[in-house]
Amino acid sequence: MQLESRRSGAWATNFAWAAGRFILIGIITFLGLIAVTFFIGRVIPIDPALAIVGDRAPAHVVERVREELGLNLPLYEQFFIYVKGVLEGNFGNSVLTTNPVMQDIRRVFPATMELATFGTLIGAVFGVPLGVLAAVKRGSIIDQIVRVIGLIGYSVPIFWLGMIGLVVFYAKLGWTSGPGRIDVVYEYTFTPITGFYLLDAVLQQNWEAFRNIFSFIILPASLLGYFSLAYISRMTRSFMLNELEQEYIVAARAKGLSETRIIWGHALRNAAVPLVTVIALSYAGLLEGSVLTETVFSWPGLGLYITNSLQNADMNAVLGGTIIIGTVFVAINLLSDLLYRALDPRTRAR
Amino acid sequence: MYPKVHCAPVLKNRRFRRPLPNFVGFEMITRPLSRREWLMSDRPQSRMQARLGRAYLVWSRFASNKLAVVGLGIIIALLLVAAFANVLAPHSPVVGDLRNARLLPPGGEYLLGTDDQGRDILSRLIYGSRLTLYVVILVAIIAAPIGLLVGTIAGYAGGWTDSILMRITDIFLAFPKLILALAFVAALGPGIENAVIAIAITSWPPYARIARAETLTVRNSDYIAAVRLMGASPIRIVLRHIMPLCLSSLIVRVTLDMAGIILTAAGLGFLGLGAQPPLPEWGAMIASGRRFIMDQWWVAAAPGFAILIVSLGFNLLGDGLRDALDPRGSNQ
Amino acid sequence: MLMKQINPKFRLLLGSAALSTMLLSGLPAWAETPADTLVEAFAIDDVITLDPAEAFELTTGEINGNTYDKLVRLDINDPSKVVADVAESWTVSDDGLTYTFKLKPGLKFASGNPVTADDVAWSFERAVKLDKSPAFILTQFGLKPDNVTEKAKATDPSTFVFTVDQPYAPSFVLNCLTATVASVVDKKLTSEHVVNDDFGWAWLKTAYAGSGPMKIRDWRANEIIVLERNDNYWGTKAPLMRVIYRHVKESAAQRLLLEKGDIDIARNLEPNDLEQVVKNSDIATTNAPKGTVYYISLNQKNADLAKPGVSEALKYLVDYDAIGEKLIKGIGEIHQTFLPKGVLGELDENPYKLDVAKAKELLEKAGLKDGFTVTMDVRNNQPVTGIAESVQQTFAQGGVKMEIIPGDGKQTLTKYRARTHDMYIGQWGVDYWDPNSNADTFTNNPNNSDEGTNKTLAWRNAWDVPDLTKETKAALLERDGAKRAQMYQDLQKKVLATSPFIMIFQQIEVAGYRSNLKGFKLGPSFDTNYVFNISK
Repeated sequence: MQLESRRSGAWATNFAWAAGRFILIGIITFLGLIAVTFFIGRVIPIDPALAIVGDRAPAHVVERVREELGLNLPLYEQFFIYVKGVLEGNFGNSVLTTNPVMQDIRRVFPATMELATFGTLIGAVFGVPLGVLAAVKRGSIIDQIVRVIGLIGYSVPIFWLGMIGLVVFYAKLGWTSGPGRIDVVYEYTFTPITGFYLLDAVLQQNWEAFRNIFSFIILPASLLGYFSLAYISRMTRSFMLNELEQEYIVAARAKGLSETRIIWGHALRNAAVPLVTVIALSYAGLLEGSVLTETVFSWPGLGLYITNSLQNADMNAVLGGTIIIGTVFVAINLLSDLLYRALDPRTRAR
Repeated sequence: MYPKVHCAPVLKNRRFRRPLPNFVGFEMITRPLSRREWLMSDRPQSRMQARLGRAYLVWSRFASNKLAVVGLGIIIALLLVAAFANVLAPHSPVVGDLRNARLLPPGGEYLLGTDDQGRDILSRLIYGSRLTLYVVILVAIIAAPIGLLVGTIAGYAGGWTDSILMRITDIFLAFPKLILALAFVAALGPGIENAVIAIAITSWPPYARIARAETLTVRNSDYIAAVRLMGASPIRIVLRHIMPLCLSSLIVRVTLDMAGIILTAAGLGFLGLGAQPPLPEWGAMIASGRRFIMDQWWVAAAPGFAILIVSLGFNLLGDGLRDALDPRGSNQ
Repeated sequence: MLMKQINPKFRLLLGSAALSTMLLSGLPAWAETPADTLVEAFAIDDVITLDPAEAFELTTGEINGNTYDKLVRLDINDPSKVVADVAESWTVSDDGLTYTFKLKPGLKFASGNPVTADDVAWSFERAVKLDKSPAFILTQFGLKPDNVTEKAKATDPSTFVFTVDQPYAPSFVLNCLTATVASVVDKKLTSEHVVNDDFGWAWLKTAYAGSGPMKIRDWRANEIIVLERNDNYWGTKAPLMRVIYRHVKESAAQRLLLEKGDIDIARNLEPNDLEQVVKNSDIATTNAPKGTVYYISLNQKNADLAKPGVSEALKYLVDYDAIGEKLIKGIGEIHQTFLPKGVLGELDENPYKLDVAKAKELLEKAGLKDGFTVTMDVRNNQPVTGIAESVQQTFAQGGVKMEIIPGDGKQTLTKYRARTHDMYIGQWGVDYWDPNSNADTFTNNPNNSDEGTNKTLAWRNAWDVPDLTKETKAALLERDGAKRAQMYQDLQKKVLATSPFIMIFQQIEVAGYRSNLKGFKLGPSFDTNYVFNISK
């Protein structure tokens, strides 16, 4: 690869232009996201005031809360007020938890990220080798098995697999812990710092807590990991096939390099560029895919937060959560696209 | 939830070139051809023969893929079960015997056991296949044309139209699919029709992207230029000449997405936002079996397997179709 | 590129080795709960505030019942009576308007501040002036923001005088004073946190200022509530140091946690899990009937449902026995009158049974020989969904085609309160332990027009009953306990016969607990589920 071309001015301008365009697209998408969520939130046939004061409140209390919420204002004014708040980083208060939504999200989002990160890790660690293997042994029984494993990953209802996993590994075998994130007994010996519990346990050198946290996260993370494995192994296979057809591989073979070296050292290294994007995208997919998983595992993350809020007409929380996931989603998409451009020798040469 | 939706930026760099229709013909034949030879002829004498020949090629490639044939078999079986549900089902799917037949284990009169209302699970599964088909077909019928229209118009028109349409597409693509569907169902009210609408709203954007990418590759081709020179209106060009070219990749994509649609619908059902009780929607059946998963596992296990098998069938079929239609495609 | 630096093969090896070690070490150590801590699994997602002046949810009722004192409490052994709490004694004036309470001497809040009559008066003033959802329990006695300091006041540090506007039944007044909203709040402590004259409302949402046997240490919404022993408590000190409520919604999950010993008490067990749990010798169960009744109501705005005889016919189209045996076994018992068992004036009569022939006959008389079509709004949870599905099937036998409209709790409620439903299945729990709480909603409908602001259940179903409304009012002022009970029984009989309410069952609260616990008992109401008597 030509390193000098990476520093060439033309490329840099090109890249900066692309980055600027991406940011603009990001902003427009973000505004659209807010608009769509807001209007969905307002047409839902639930009285938000009712969600706050409950069924037994006398009529005058309900009316007062409606006024406090600004629900008597015209819709466009409510939207204006909301967008203003969002731009100031204020999503309003959650009805369910009474905290500012932003504060809630800061608390629950690390849980989702931790799960998705762990899941992606599992998916990549197992998915990439499987994909390589399938590509190398193309058409063989191994290839078919990898393919079927992948397709089952795409086809299985994840919430159902989670339920079965809980029954088998927690209830029957006792290998893992059940729903939740950490045992209550650690309530006083373990203090979350970053919100990534595994990391926190390492930082505090609290190995007992680490084991406990691990026993909780392993099952849901493996499930998500399987899901991402399905995707990563497929994509790895196709990238590898593409690389293996390239002339440089033929040349390497002609030079008498060992097959192992050719596959792992050359082909995979070149396939790594698109693979990074794929893994990033898979990560974004898991962030979203955690909604059902979190429900099954009572995992206190953003997905559970959003579904709970939705069921309780806590629209501020739903809007805030959706906007955050959407934003992260857009960001990862754009970033991976950008990363691809930055890393890929072909686009760079253009 | 399905990351493969977002592989477009990666894949578009590897898009293969589709061979243009063969207009050459009228060569004399010297001896009678076998049917296979006729089909495989590289000098087809009519459009009909060319088409059939291509179809045959696709089919033979498809048929050589055993997994794909299995997939096709599953889908055909699903269609048959749905069509003859009333003949096949041994019991009523909605009327149960709460007092005497609640939560019976599999075997005996009830092959797959009964649920918490004393209803036969097998019969519910059989009738549930209708709902599953209903959902996938309806979503495909709604979402694919929208995506096709948006994508081809954006791709052909270019400029501002393209930018605006694609930004809208991006906004919808940016949403977490399931959450958006959840929000829509919450807004529209429960019921299977509303679930269909919600899923359709969330699933058209990838189709639009594909259609746009396809349109871009053919927009400047000589073939389209020729049609344009013949004075065809843009609407006609898009409808008659560009859309058909996008169809095959769209069909593959839709088939591959069917599994995703089934899973999203099941997810909605699982969260209580799909079909209304007592309809035997599979996701809702899992949800109601969740309470009994420890002791009466069959209540949740059976519909889960049904979903798994059917979506696996669609995935296998889609995979095979893609390989057959697109031998140099990304996933060979 | 990172890939370059590490030999890929080695990298792979490293990765899988690390992962398999982690997998092996993943075996959880089964820890019992600590000896000085009680861990309960409980659905606590209804909590939105800890402030007694605003809290009106079941869970907060229980939390505040354990952490705050009131003037009087329900007698958990006979809930038709009240017993003294911070009050030592009380008298009622002859005209029935003035209640004088003498406080126990030397009481202290958890903060160390003394409990005085001034705190009591201020707590009343606070609740009335904040005017949150449960404030009506006090304001119905004529308390208003401008007169509350006169009507509820401390005449000396140990005497509190409460003046009501009408000569109500004393049982009614005292019962209302056992409600959470009448809790005694630490005036001195709370005053330190007042912002903009809010009586410390913003602070007390998540804080604690009481004198009960336990104090609230922590609340994280949808996650955890932690109570700790209050060493300043005047009565017997709690044996356990700490009580943790962990939010677990699913019954199956609670059961597993309980079986594994990860928790001491499971509070939301459903019938099927309950059935399994009792087989386990390490686990015991306990239960108590609660003041919550489940019913189906028929909106009288629907022309078919309003026809005379239809509501009676439908009452014959519910399979009460099957529901009782299969769907609510252990968590409820069939109960067809609107006053729950244990409340003054209860009536134990269950005349209705599934009788399709009779129902058809009644429907024919009502001119609906061929049945009719109707919808029912149903919340997405058990047991109501199961009951709705069962009712759907039995209705069909009588020719009534019922469509279920599932929805979230708030969604169906919004519709219900707007009176746009046909049928609704729901529950009603007493707001305070007095028959008026239910009578006031089932039989009171002072203004049936759409503008009516008193959205009682009778109003929501457009059941216009001027006579019953009058009788409900009269029972409130009957000072003779026995006569008062009689009046409520009459009301219930009328409701049983003619109302658009199909009463189905009364909730029984049930809990499974590790058998090493001692002293665990569920109370008659939600705010009498005491944890401070439990030891290990």
